[in-house]
Amino acid sequence: MIKRVSVLLLLLAVGAIFATLLAGYEADPELNLTARYYADRTAADIGAANIVTAIVVTYRGLDTLGEVTVLFLSAAILGLVLAQGRKREQARRERVPAGELLTTGTRILAPLIMLLGVHVFVNGHLTPGGGFQGGAIVASGVLLLLLADPVKHFAHGLIAAVESLAGIFYVAIGLLGLLLAGGFLDNRFLPTGELGALFSAGAIPLIYSLIGLKVGAEFSAILADLSDTEEL
Amino acid sequence: MGMLMTAMTVLLCIAMIVAAFVAIAGKSLPIAILSAGLVSLVASVLFLVLASPDVAMTEAAIGSGLTTFLFFFVLGRVRKGEHDGGEHD
Repeated sequence: MIKRVSVLLLLLAVGAIFATLLAGYEADPELNLTARYYADRTAADIGAANIVTAIVVTYRGLDTLGEVTVLFLSAAILGLVLAQGRKREQARRERVPAGELLTTGTRILAPLIMLLGVHVFVNGHLTPGGGFQGGAIVASGVLLLLLADPVKHFAHGLIAAVESLAGIFYVAIGLLGLLLAGGFLDNRFLPTGELGALFSAGAIPLIYSLIGLKVGAEFSAILADLSDTEEL
Repeated sequence: MGMLMTAMTVLLCIAMIVAAFVAIAGKSLPIAILSAGLVSLVASVLFLVLASPDVAMTEAAIGSGLTTFLFFFVLGRVRKGEHDGGEHD
């Protein structure tokens, strides 16, 4: 009883803090200095129609590299931890096959979901979304495949190769920017082209496609590891 | 923000809080997972209302899509472990 009351009190206190924050909030009538810089200069400097992508991939590209690295590390550690459980079970037990509804639905939906994911990360510099979102969508397509056919063995080697190659090319493109343009991950060593076209914004479509492949492969690796491991 | 927009935002917030309560207090695990996904889904709609479609996509793809899937996946494995755990250990 005391526990419940204290939890309720804590919730109310947190709610009160947020309420005061909300009460004191007023939307700025105009963009602040940093935001205005990005809003004014992105189209001319970077050539990307989506300002968020320009910031994520170019202005703050190094942070994105860090994020991808963190994701890679967590996927690798998860694989390492789960691999010990996998060694013990050599004789795989029979798994219950998925239902008719799931298998048929997956056959229709999985290609569409993957196509949507690819579309999202290829068009990252034009429309909302990009590598992370597209990669996550691709991985949910992979998860659907895993759910529909739990017996099938997933190609770990392929996933690992896609992930590693995407990572290597990502860093290589960053270094090309350092050599041929203004700095690490500078996108302007390729022509920026016409604003709003698919092949524009220099190397951003390339970089974001690589990020999309890498994130998708990382999430898929995590899911495939989980699926291949019997309960520890 | 217009009057209609404000009303919609408040409604979405209430829906989010209700879904979160169901996720915590509900007895059934699948329903709890679904309502946790619903919290993310409503949050992504809210992000869209607040004019940040990129964040909305991330929330929808990871928060309500992948996480919900993953929870169901793990729930299935845990249940299976419960069922044949007795004969095994």
